[in-house]
Amino acid sequence: MLKTFPLGGIHPPENKLTAGKAIETAGIPASVSIPLSQHIGAPAVALVKKGDTVRTGQKIAESKGFISACIHSPVSGKVNRTDSLIDTSGYRQEMIVIDTEGDEWDESIDRSPGIKREITAAPAEIIKKCHEAGIVGMGGATFPSHVKLSVPDGKKCEVLIINGVECEPWLTSDHRLMLEKGEEILVGISIMMKALNVTSAMVGIENNKTDAIDRMGTLARSFSGISVHALKVKYPQGAEKQLIKALINREVPSGRLPVDVGAVVHNVGTAFAVYEAVQKNKPLFERVVTVTGKSLARPGNFLARTGTPVSMLIEAAGGLPGDTGKIINGGPMMGKALTGTSVPVVKGTSGIIVIPAADAERSPAGPCIRCAKCVTGCPMNLEPFLLMSLSAAGHVERAGSNKIADCMECGSCSYICPARRPLLDYIRLGKGSYIKLLRERKLKN
Amino acid sequence: MNSTVLLTIISLGMLAAIAAVILYFVARKFRVYEDPRIDQVQEILPAANCGGCGFAGCRNFAEALVAAESFEGLNCPVGGAETMNNAAAILGKVAAAADPTVAVLKCNGAPASRPKTSRYDGPSDCRIAHSLYLGESDCSYGCLGNGDCVRACKFGAMYMDKATELPVIIDDKCVSCGACVKACPRSLIELRKRAKKDRKIYVACSNCDKGAVARRACKVACIACGKCVKVCEFDAIKIENNLAYIDAAKCTFCRKCVTECPTDAILEINFPPRKVKPEPQAEPATN
Repeated sequence: MLKTFPLGGIHPPENKLTAGKAIETAGIPASVSIPLSQHIGAPAVALVKKGDTVRTGQKIAESKGFISACIHSPVSGKVNRTDSLIDTSGYRQEMIVIDTEGDEWDESIDRSPGIKREITAAPAEIIKKCHEAGIVGMGGATFPSHVKLSVPDGKKCEVLIINGVECEPWLTSDHRLMLEKGEEILVGISIMMKALNVTSAMVGIENNKTDAIDRMGTLARSFSGISVHALKVKYPQGAEKQLIKALINREVPSGRLPVDVGAVVHNVGTAFAVYEAVQKNKPLFERVVTVTGKSLARPGNFLARTGTPVSMLIEAAGGLPGDTGKIINGGPMMGKALTGTSVPVVKGTSGIIVIPAADAERSPAGPCIRCAKCVTGCPMNLEPFLLMSLSAAGHVERAGSNKIADCMECGSCSYICPARRPLLDYIRLGKGSYIKLLRERKLKN
Repeated sequence: MNSTVLLTIISLGMLAAIAAVILYFVARKFRVYEDPRIDQVQEILPAANCGGCGFAGCRNFAEALVAAESFEGLNCPVGGAETMNNAAAILGKVAAAADPTVAVLKCNGAPASRPKTSRYDGPSDCRIAHSLYLGESDCSYGCLGNGDCVRACKFGAMYMDKATELPVIIDDKCVSCGACVKACPRSLIELRKRAKKDRKIYVACSNCDKGAVARRACKVACIACGKCVKVCEFDAIKIENNLAYIDAAKCTFCRKCVTECPTDAILEINFPPRKVKPEPQAEPATN
């Protein structure tokens, strides 16, 4: 019997069209726009100004505060301007626009093709390098990785959990990375184990990626302390708390962090980025993006520089089909529709999904029939129907006491609702207001 | 048989009598004194419970009126001066004079002037659209058109205009309770001083972006060019955060700013048509 998390969860159609497509290198765009906030936490502060010449991999923005990340130039060229442009989230933010000239890399980056397995860096040095390289959680949440690698005083990490679940339908970027860069990922895991001072690491992979499980399992034999585990396919297994429950059967209490139960979770993409940063001195400025959709001519997995316009990736995948209704940034469950294709790829862009108009339309919502499917589907043991009505009516306080802040916005409730009620839309609204209320209260006291 | 009935009546009657005596003393002991004037004042309030006065409802407002030293800052926007004077008469106080106000929408971005760049198909709720992204147009300040204000209005004074996709305020029905002001997540509605014949001059824009960005998003946006400030003889217009604001207290309705505004962001409402000065040389306008 394969492991999984016990509570809730759904089984959306997988549609992993690009699972067999090897990672291709997307071209270097003529101009890139680099948002200063590509991570959770304080936006980075620009180090370059208009007219400056930058090299590929050069730091162009410094992290501000502990929970923040540095940003590096993905191309070599000249800084055109800084401008307030619309990003993948649909809001305007400050971006550094760079016009590309050639592709001249920073000398400190080791571009030799060989895999470097020997880890020489000390734990503190590893954390510092991750910080300097601007590494963030590559699963999509983009939480700065150096923060997660620094275990707070008085707490102990017992096991490092590596997330190779990729439970979102359509996406295959982590899957391809595990197949093609398995050894690098495992070295990256060993580096993180050293930084966290743990002796065991567990890689969780869903059972729809048997080739990746085999490959990683075989490779892991030559690494001490790393084990690979096949997991039953169920969404949202890639969520931190669900993965911990599935692998080590520990429950993270409400409002607490995984490290409180002795676990730290990182994505396989992050492990690869850590490998590149620590062993090759290469900062994070490119990532694998799955560009997929039923009507795309050539869906695939592309290694794209950050700042690449989404339109360029769609061109690489065969061009935007005429029947397109929506373009989603991220997975279909938790991703957000884009407002235009000129927006840049950022560190957290795991996929671009082009959806035909016929599939993109939302069905009209009916009345709640009290079937409680949302309750059984919720992996966090919440009551989505109740949270929705409380949020809609503006009862923020009551929504808070019903644990609205525990919602991770996985969308299982909205997916499973037979009346197609916009449960998550309202819960997200209520959660936002509740967190705002808490913050205001904190400021007052 | 008869004795059973009799016994029942007697025993129940005695129980009732004892309970009545207890209740009488309990009621005496725990009696809460309530000012009878609260009921009187509540009687003359409009009973709309709209919350326009800033209190939870009419009863709550009546309590506040009775407890208040003076009527300063207390006003029922629905009942207006008449209701306040009546309440003042009951309580033997003087009603503070409050200018009647009316709600205006500080956005005029119909799709014709504010082109749509995306389509929102989530729940019809401005709060959700606002928390999600800029909105269907490139203007991050303008009306989202999902009608939260219309739903909040308890007086039927608002409706959505299908053509402009903007809410319309019916001046005659608006009691300026402020429910729509609170409902709008983008704070687009302002309560402005009501003038004679419901005449209004105001900047129908809330875009705080720089002129070029604002203009690109919407043809009728205020671009903070400052022309209105210069032309105003009464010092009624100020520009703050790239946005002009006309002070209703100083405005004399001369309408000079309206003609001066290059983007038609300043609206004049309920004015008689302007007298067209004969211009003999002017060619008839052609499109």
